[in-house]
Amino acid sequence: MDKLTQVHTASHCQLKESKRAVNSLRDFVDDEDDDDLERVSWSGEPVGSISWSIKETAGNSGSSQEGREQLKSRNSFSTYAQLPKPTSTYSLSSFFRGRTRPGSFQSLSDALSDVPAKSYAPELGRPKGEYRDYSNDWSPSDTVWRLRKGKVCSLERFRSLQDKLRLLEEAVSVHDGNVITAVLIFLKRTLSKETLFRELEVRQVALRHLIHFLKEIGDQKLLLDLFRFLDRTEELALSHYREHLNIQDPEKRKEFLKTCIGLPFSAEDSAHIQDHYTLLERQIIIEANDRHLESAGQTEIFRKHPRKASILNMPLVTTLFYSCFYHYTEAEGTFSSPVNLKKTFKIPDKQYVLTALAARAKLRAWHDVDALFTTKNWLGYTKKRAPIGFHRVVEILHKNSAPVQILQEYVNLVEDVDTKLNLATKFKCHDVVIDTCRDLKDRQQLLAYRSKVDKGSAEEEKIDAILNSSQIRWKN
Amino acid sequence: MAFPHRPDAPELPDFSMLKRLARDQLIYLLEQQHEVDKLYKVENKPALSSNEQLCFLVRPRIKNMRYVASLVNADKLAGRTRKYKVIFSPQKFHACEMVLEEEGVYGDVSCDEWAFSLLPLDVDLLSMELPEFFRDYFLEGDQRWINTVAQALHLLSTLYGPFPNCYGIGRCTKMSYELWRKLEEEEDGETKGRRPEIGHVFLLDRDVDFVTALCSQVVYEGLVDDTFRIKCGSVDFGPEVTSSDRSLKVLLNAEDKVFNEIRNEHFSNVFGFLSQKARNLQAQYDRRRGMDIKQMKNFVSQELKGLKQEHRLLSVHIGACESIMKKKTKQDFQELIKTEHALLEGFSIRESTSYIEEHIDRQVSPLESLRLMCLLSITENGLIPKDYRSLKTQYLQSYGPEHLLTFSNLRRAGLLTEQAPGDTLTAVESKVSKLVTDKAAGKITDAFSSLAKRSNFRAISKKLNLIPRVDGEYDLKVPRDMAYVFSGAYVPLSCRLIEQVLERRSWQGLDEVVRLLNCSELAFTDMTKEDKASSESLRLILVVFLGGCTFSEVSALRFLGRERGYRFIFLTTAVTNSARLMEAMSEVKA
Repeated sequence: MDKLTQVHTASHCQLKESKRAVNSLRDFVDDEDDDDLERVSWSGEPVGSISWSIKETAGNSGSSQEGREQLKSRNSFSTYAQLPKPTSTYSLSSFFRGRTRPGSFQSLSDALSDVPAKSYAPELGRPKGEYRDYSNDWSPSDTVWRLRKGKVCSLERFRSLQDKLRLLEEAVSVHDGNVITAVLIFLKRTLSKETLFRELEVRQVALRHLIHFLKEIGDQKLLLDLFRFLDRTEELALSHYREHLNIQDPEKRKEFLKTCIGLPFSAEDSAHIQDHYTLLERQIIIEANDRHLESAGQTEIFRKHPRKASILNMPLVTTLFYSCFYHYTEAEGTFSSPVNLKKTFKIPDKQYVLTALAARAKLRAWHDVDALFTTKNWLGYTKKRAPIGFHRVVEILHKNSAPVQILQEYVNLVEDVDTKLNLATKFKCHDVVIDTCRDLKDRQQLLAYRSKVDKGSAEEEKIDAILNSSQIRWKN
Repeated sequence: MAFPHRPDAPELPDFSMLKRLARDQLIYLLEQQHEVDKLYKVENKPALSSNEQLCFLVRPRIKNMRYVASLVNADKLAGRTRKYKVIFSPQKFHACEMVLEEEGVYGDVSCDEWAFSLLPLDVDLLSMELPEFFRDYFLEGDQRWINTVAQALHLLSTLYGPFPNCYGIGRCTKMSYELWRKLEEEEDGETKGRRPEIGHVFLLDRDVDFVTALCSQVVYEGLVDDTFRIKCGSVDFGPEVTSSDRSLKVLLNAEDKVFNEIRNEHFSNVFGFLSQKARNLQAQYDRRRGMDIKQMKNFVSQELKGLKQEHRLLSVHIGACESIMKKKTKQDFQELIKTEHALLEGFSIRESTSYIEEHIDRQVSPLESLRLMCLLSITENGLIPKDYRSLKTQYLQSYGPEHLLTFSNLRRAGLLTEQAPGDTLTAVESKVSKLVTDKAAGKITDAFSSLAKRSNFRAISKKLNLIPRVDGEYDLKVPRDMAYVFSGAYVPLSCRLIEQVLERRSWQGLDEVVRLLNCSELAFTDMTKEDKASSESLRLILVVFLGGCTFSEVSALRFLGRERGYRFIFLTTAVTNSARLMEAMSEVKA
């Protein structure tokens, strides 16, 4: 360490000269902070050991005089003495000072020529705090200033709790999150967690920074301890639950979810967590079964419609769709049957019908679609009923390219006449349009529609027959 | 554009300087490394390069540091020595160095900073390209970027003179402003004596106005962003736009003459404009018939190139329009917009709720469903508990149970909340505060506001007249106010605030609005006494959006500028839209 310090003092003197010459140059290479008599990293660890090892191995860090000499001949790695670089047209040093140097940056210099000797890069000027670099005891505000500028800076001197907190408060008062986090890292290392937590509980801004820092570095254990200490039970539970996202293996994920079930979620979320576990449990069973069936090649549905992806970790609605697609007719007792899913997860009627309809329509199983909306009343009469509204049914059927006869049937069930007419026109259900116009006694609209159907078609004939009928009393 | 600037509108400052500054600094940094031959994208996979030195240009994030450290350590294990350099943009964070130290590679890796924080996306738009700002600050409460904002403001004031008039609203705004002032003091004298070029600066936090950012955009540039996602001022138009089998990368800025004329237009005008343009073009091409040789020579050498260029641009934008139309028809855009307008105006809440429900049930895009729920929540001061529960349950069933985490995020950010049961919070508050001392009352109010920061949208909307009363049809061809960016249904709250403050040159008379925005302590005006600002500079206004601004807001303010003879310049942490906001809150990345 002593040796290193000497080397640095020497290099410091040499450099001072050239440094004055280039005025206050922004230190591009911040870890090359030559002002420091004692080189310590910002977290307080002496960097000596690291520098030595570099010098011994590669000599590329430029932190010793020898390294510097070597580098000077090899490249322009961060030496002040070498600036301004004569060969380069990109002489940034002059540029950032805004001083006109002939030959380089002509246009830019022109633009700036009315502002001589200015620094255009942030952090370039070195205010009062600069001169205290040599001093051994920086006040909290000087320390925070150095941290803000990204300079090497020891925090080790802040040993009493009071000093540490003053430092933290100073950091918070300048609003720079980078500095707040830097101080917190130091506090985390030098305070017991109870002390740290206790102090942060009354310092919300700092607390938020610590929580975010722990999340980002993935220190889950300390994060959970913190939430426990703060009695933030819900965040604790959610934070634990979040971990499942990192578990790829479905069995392990399932087991992990099981450990989440008893956690202090809100009542509502508890139910969601339980459902999540149950869903994955089901999916694992279904997946194993179906993969087997598919590879055996004996089941028609899998041969005709090979599965595009595994059902694992899919949402419930997707699972329901899958089950309506591949396992529609299964008895309620099996895990993969739609009815079983509906019951287990208390899927609302609306959602169930919507999903089943989409799945069966995709398979063009019109009979199943029909059955989906047929209800029998206690007298045995059948009636068509759709919890989602028949206009939606029509749209979904159309999306799955249902034939006109099928579409027509459902368009007819739409209650609102305008909607019905619109849908019928949109999907070319001629009969419905014609009949509706007739029922509305709307001769004009029927005439207009006549021009839209093909010449000589059955539709045209039908329209003509109606138009010529003397039985209808047209309203227009 | 159909509405030119007033002849006395001030000139925009030259931002190309910023680009050059950044470029030169980067070249300088890279030059220090010898023979940088290839740039690789930092991804989580081993570096294939066999080079003797590796240089990483990264955002200061922990996961990037872990990646670098793992490469270095893998090399070490293989007994390989290389040089490593990390260039952080826009700045290095202490936490990053900590990771390097912990992983045992501190010292093996040298670090630099590329202080590049202002990317001029256009003549009047600067972006810090920090989309993560939104989540870091507005969700996690992390103030790491405040220094970056302060530095950016500092750079602008060194380049373009001091700002004589500053206004701001929001917590982050206030902190950034204070840190910036501190910087100015530290580097004292730098801007003294210079004549200000930019007369006013207005800063605001995104959470002052979430509503505007959550709306579907219908101005051309916004719509292109919503549909195709503009990245760094350019967009990738896929085969559906180019009607060929290749994608086309198109720069979208004022230099694209066709785009520049339609970018701020309501979409309904764009088609008409483009077809008119196409007819003119045809006519110009046609002129060559009946030309003699000499005229033809002139035509080919002088005009043809320009016409061809225009032709190319026209066909790109016509293709984009067609593709947008197709997509929007398919998703029943009309219905969607109707619902949004109903939410903004506060009627048919039940219908809107069931519309959202159906969206969810049909597994329409998860971000879209989330966005609508947020819009409902903010305009209604939170969802009523019954709706909150049922929508949440259905959402989890449709898009996956892990979105439980997303809902928790949205609640923390105040984007999607549940009304307190029997919600008469304010009544309780005022009753309680009458009973106890002031100090205790303050604490209680704090407690309440932490429970639910009420958005008060309805009251604010009334106070600021955000829903224009329209007699007859709103003529979108000849807009009368900023509401045109939302089809005449809503004036963007953020833009209205800016308009009002600029008119008064302070927050005076807006106390009630500021209170409703929960910003009583967080709105400020700061004017320098010595007023050397020219009248021209006083009509040049820098608007700073912390947490992102949308193209609709940019269009609205450009419109306001044209009306009043101002020019606006925009500085944003990133250009955003509703989908980006929702993604930032989602715990599961698509």
